[in-house]
Amino acid sequence: MNTIHLEKPAQDHRKEAMNSKSAFIKVEHLTKIFYPSKPRSLLSRGSSRQQGFRAVNDVSFEVNRGEIFVVMGLSGSGKSTIVRMLNRLIDSTEGSISIDGKSVGDLDPSSLRAFRNETINMVFQHFGLFPHQSLLQNVAFGLKVRGVDRLTREAKATEALTLVGLGDRIHAMPDQLSGGMRQRVGLARALATDAEILLMDEPFSALDPLIRQDMQQLLIQLQRNFKKTIVFVTHDLDEAMYLGDQIMVMKEGKQIQRGTALDLLETPADPYIEKFVAEVNRSKVLSAGMLVEPINGADHEDGCSTGSKPLPAAENGDSRVEHVTATTIIADLLPLFASGCGRLHISDNQGLVIGQLTAEKVFAALSPKESVNEY
Amino acid sequence: MNINVGGLFESIIDLLLANFGWLFDGVAWLTSHVVGSVEFALVVLHPLVIIVLLTTVAAYMTRSIGISLFAAVAFLLILYMGLWLETMASLAIVLVSVAIALLIGIPLGIWAALSSSVSTIMRPVLDLMQAMPVFVYLIPAVFFFGIGTVPGIAATIVFSIPPAVRLTELGIRQMDSELLEAAEAFGAKKNLILRDVQLPLAFPSIMVGVNQVIMLALSMVVVAGMVGAGGLGGVVVQGVAQLDTARGFEGGVAVVILAVYLDRVTGGASSLPGLLRKSKRLKSERVSAKNSTTDVNADATPAFH
Repeated sequence: MNTIHLEKPAQDHRKEAMNSKSAFIKVEHLTKIFYPSKPRSLLSRGSSRQQGFRAVNDVSFEVNRGEIFVVMGLSGSGKSTIVRMLNRLIDSTEGSISIDGKSVGDLDPSSLRAFRNETINMVFQHFGLFPHQSLLQNVAFGLKVRGVDRLTREAKATEALTLVGLGDRIHAMPDQLSGGMRQRVGLARALATDAEILLMDEPFSALDPLIRQDMQQLLIQLQRNFKKTIVFVTHDLDEAMYLGDQIMVMKEGKQIQRGTALDLLETPADPYIEKFVAEVNRSKVLSAGMLVEPINGADHEDGCSTGSKPLPAAENGDSRVEHVTATTIIADLLPLFASGCGRLHISDNQGLVIGQLTAEKVFAALSPKESVNEY
Repeated sequence: MNINVGGLFESIIDLLLANFGWLFDGVAWLTSHVVGSVEFALVVLHPLVIIVLLTTVAAYMTRSIGISLFAAVAFLLILYMGLWLETMASLAIVLVSVAIALLIGIPLGIWAALSSSVSTIMRPVLDLMQAMPVFVYLIPAVFFFGIGTVPGIAATIVFSIPPAVRLTELGIRQMDSELLEAAEAFGAKKNLILRDVQLPLAFPSIMVGVNQVIMLALSMVVVAGMVGAGGLGGVVVQGVAQLDTARGFEGGVAVVILAVYLDRVTGGASSLPGLLRKSKRLKSERVSAKNSTTDVNADATPAFH
């Protein structure tokens, strides 16, 4: 009764459901060429002026509503340029961007301002907080721009600051905060306007590893409640895989591969991505949902019950079966498999079993691609 | 071969004089009245009142006991050297020329910061204004405005505008580009960005500009004495002309006192917004803390009693 047959892993299933609507953000053949504004010297006039620098080269992608879309690449790969073209802080040279069916490139200055204020907000790598304003004023900035009266916008800003855990420090100045706290303010500022889309340009790159993890968890938590559409830029593949529903890997302005974390791990498109993937801690980026398999009717008796450690979604329904949700990362499940467990049942947030996870599948997924091919 | 640059300049001046003489007369009349009334205001009150006022301003702007004390003692010294009227006359000239220089310089600086082509055009003009020996300005100034205070002020303004323009432009341009992006990314209009972000952040730099303008204006006070601008400049010029060491030195000391006073006060002003923000923040934190403690008290926690 608790076996639901699925043809594909949960991740793909979700993607499919979203694809049935048309994409929320649709980018086609986006190209940005930076021309030097004027020849710096008589010598450099000829070549570089005509050629320009191709920061982004013919990139196309689609982002669905409520999805975290990660743009991954090393510095100079054009990833920051891409997000800035989405809200037109940088104008594209060629290609089109449409958001919710409207072409971003065609907006006149005043509708562009309204679009930035109401639909698409941004979080910056170095936080971009105004040092002369209190946290409250910083977070209320977007609403002030919108023309919201002071009391309303301060109430809203206080609410947003409370969401990110800074409700008791609304009168502090940015320079009194640590890096992680400042980025919480940056996040609160983007949340306060209720914009549907968040652009996050390496928001956690300037933070210590531990703080970075906290912030990633905070983002996931907030995302669970708000279901924003997030375009997230990072150079850290672990971060990309932890957060991303879809990941686009960039190199020198070109798109190398686009897919889920599992796609990148299983079928890296070229040696560049293979090299990246080799260094990833697979147990931390793979979640149960990515490896879930349908349960054969005859097998479902074999659910493993040895694990005594209570897991977040452990349900009272079937005491013999350990329930694990699709978002549990594999690292948390390894102790169960180590203690002799052969298969686990995976349930969704409501506790309904959606499939099973076998030890073989997990270990196969954990071993790097090359070594699998050798056997 | 000779190119007669000087002759060209002279004929431009002549042309201006012939056609716009009435305009210069009007400006001269207006300026002398403005300076006259400022000077009158400084002189009509009892010197001790003015000294208390100047000390209070120093105390407010710098929050430093030492500088306030210095102001009180130094202006008393000027009073007892018998140079009070001359010092107030110079102060009036400095205040008026600085006000006019800033009214012209700061908007030009903002304009130059927002437009690169304006900046490119402005730079050589500013170089010219700043590097030209100051006496050179006095010659046409006297032609335009006659002998007295006004040509002194005119030359002072031309000489002291450049730092106001330069430091305003620098203050706005050196702003972290991410802050500008952040403001733009939230859809702010250009003038809101200017008012709420760029100018407040450029304020320290602008205040350095104000400080420089004042210092340059003060250095012009003595030079302007040569065209009969009066004040301390007159005292010094007189001392030089009569080889009166004592008189000349006294005039010089009074100029130094004025210079140090104005420098410290305007220097203190650049950190003033930070101080004000801090005290405001502490106040609002106190208020919210008070509110939360009254809430706690309402719940009545006997453990603390």
